Amino acid sequence: MSREATNLLYLVTIVTFILALRFLSNPATARRGNQIGALGMLLAIGVTFAQNAVMSYWEIIVGMAIGGTFGAVAARKVRMTAMPQMVALFNGVGGGAAALISLAEFHNLAPDPGTLQKDISTSIMLSAIIGSISFAGSLVAFAKLQELIGGRPIVYPLQQATNALLFAAIAAVGIAIAVGAEQQWLIWAVVLGSLLFGVLFVLPIGGADMPVVISLLNAFTGLAAAATGFELENNVLIVSGMLVGASGTMLTILMGRAMNRSIGNVLFGAFGQVAPSAAATAAGGADGQVRSASAEDVAVMLAYAHKVVFVPGYGMAVAQAQHDVRALADLLESRGVEVSYAIHPVAGRMPGHMNVLLAEANVPYPQLKEMDDANGEFTRTDVALVIGANDVVNPDARNNQGSPIYGMPILNVDQSQQVVVLKRSMSPGFAGIENPLFLNPKTVMLFGDAKASVEKLAASVKTV
Amino acid sequence: MSHGLLLTFEITILVLAIFLGFEVISKVPTLLHTPLMSGTNAIHGIVIVGAMLVAGADHKDTLTTIIGLIAVVLASANVVGGFVVTDRMLEMFKKRERREPDT
Repeated sequence: MSREATNLLYLVTIVTFILALRFLSNPATARRGNQIGALGMLLAIGVTFAQNAVMSYWEIIVGMAIGGTFGAVAARKVRMTAMPQMVALFNGVGGGAAALISLAEFHNLAPDPGTLQKDISTSIMLSAIIGSISFAGSLVAFAKLQELIGGRPIVYPLQQATNALLFAAIAAVGIAIAVGAEQQWLIWAVVLGSLLFGVLFVLPIGGADMPVVISLLNAFTGLAAAATGFELENNVLIVSGMLVGASGTMLTILMGRAMNRSIGNVLFGAFGQVAPSAAATAAGGADGQVRSASAEDVAVMLAYAHKVVFVPGYGMAVAQAQHDVRALADLLESRGVEVSYAIHPVAGRMPGHMNVLLAEANVPYPQLKEMDDANGEFTRTDVALVIGANDVVNPDARNNQGSPIYGMPILNVDQSQQVVVLKRSMSPGFAGIENPLFLNPKTVMLFGDAKASVEKLAASVKTV
Repeated sequence: MSHGLLLTFEITILVLAIFLGFEVISKVPTLLHTPLMSGTNAIHGIVIVGAMLVAGADHKDTLTTIIGLIAVVLASANVVGGFVVTDRMLEMFKKRERREPDT
């Protein structure tokens, strides 16, 4: 195929990607948007196969089959609750691919002196750095969300200084490559240094901030892809990569805004650093003030309420309790109780996480209340049933200036007549912060797995 | 086209893409943040094109080809996994919309 035809067909792919982004921004068209994007991708792959420069088909097809099978199986098998870490993983491999492309290009071009022009070597260096950071950072984010390593921030002395020093070293070697140094070890040094930096950069960030970090790393991978486009003089890579780089940055800002946290604070704030002292005082004051109740007590409370608001969180997701929650809600409604769900924008591990799970359980859309609407209703709510949510209902975010989540908008469940908290134990939430809501005299705790507790509640409501 | 001219052309479309990327998603409801992140994640799987070009070219040494092929494997996982995961998320939303009229 001629270069002209190739580039025109690549332009079609670019248009499908732009339409995909546009459609993905609207609930009614989002699914179609994703499908259009997939079609565009298929076209780009086909067009690339038809290029004269591509000679070894079979190896590539085998490689695609391996990667594609892994991607398809992982994406299909994963439970809805584990989607965030899946996104992190797929983002990471994309970044890794970009880094490998620049590694191969440098390996290929550098031995012939003079063939490596400065703009090419600059983009090789950039995609190697950004792609490697994205790869390593995403894998750490994956490990944190999968709970392979602790979700709490990992902090040590001189952390920022170490990271700054490492980054300066990477930048120095990077500049050497950009201006024309052609020794092979330089590019390996940049890649290894950037991998290490990616790990160190994400380790100190707390689990609750992971969605924002994944979104940022997603933008990084986009930038790395755009840089590979400069290496290979390929328009579809430049435009698509940059589209993701820009829209991903925008999305990161929007997400940070939804959590009322600036990006700088997320990245360098070492979220939860003050938690140990807060945890110590709360643990000391916890004795005798936490009231736990039996499922029967709570069932009576719910059955005779006029208005019950469910506040789902990650505990519901992890226990896969959404169907049981729906069943309990139906039961209460059949008794004439008014039921709604208060959805915090960042409840769970990702924005929209709760909407997806409750939609899966066929919860009627009008019962889902966004934060502002829900907060207007708590004062006339009899019982707020908190199902495995913690940080998003923590009144410290409103009252305690020393709290690391101070200023984050929360659901004001403590304004309702009574609060019931379903929770596995008194351990602090994902962010590692104690929650004074549990010590509130209005609050009773129902300890146990969310699914088991909700099932017990439903059984007890039937007998009331 | 000379190399310098090509470069300025590439930089031009890069800058246009920046503005387009900001513009196209400036108003997104919160509930679509996750699917949108996942969708853009699939789109940057376009690195597969670069991986194919590197792996498919006739190189003098095999190390370049091997690195290129590993990149193909990783990028394919990004593409397929990215689109499938996004579709699974959005499947849920479709169900919810169907329920809307009957309540």
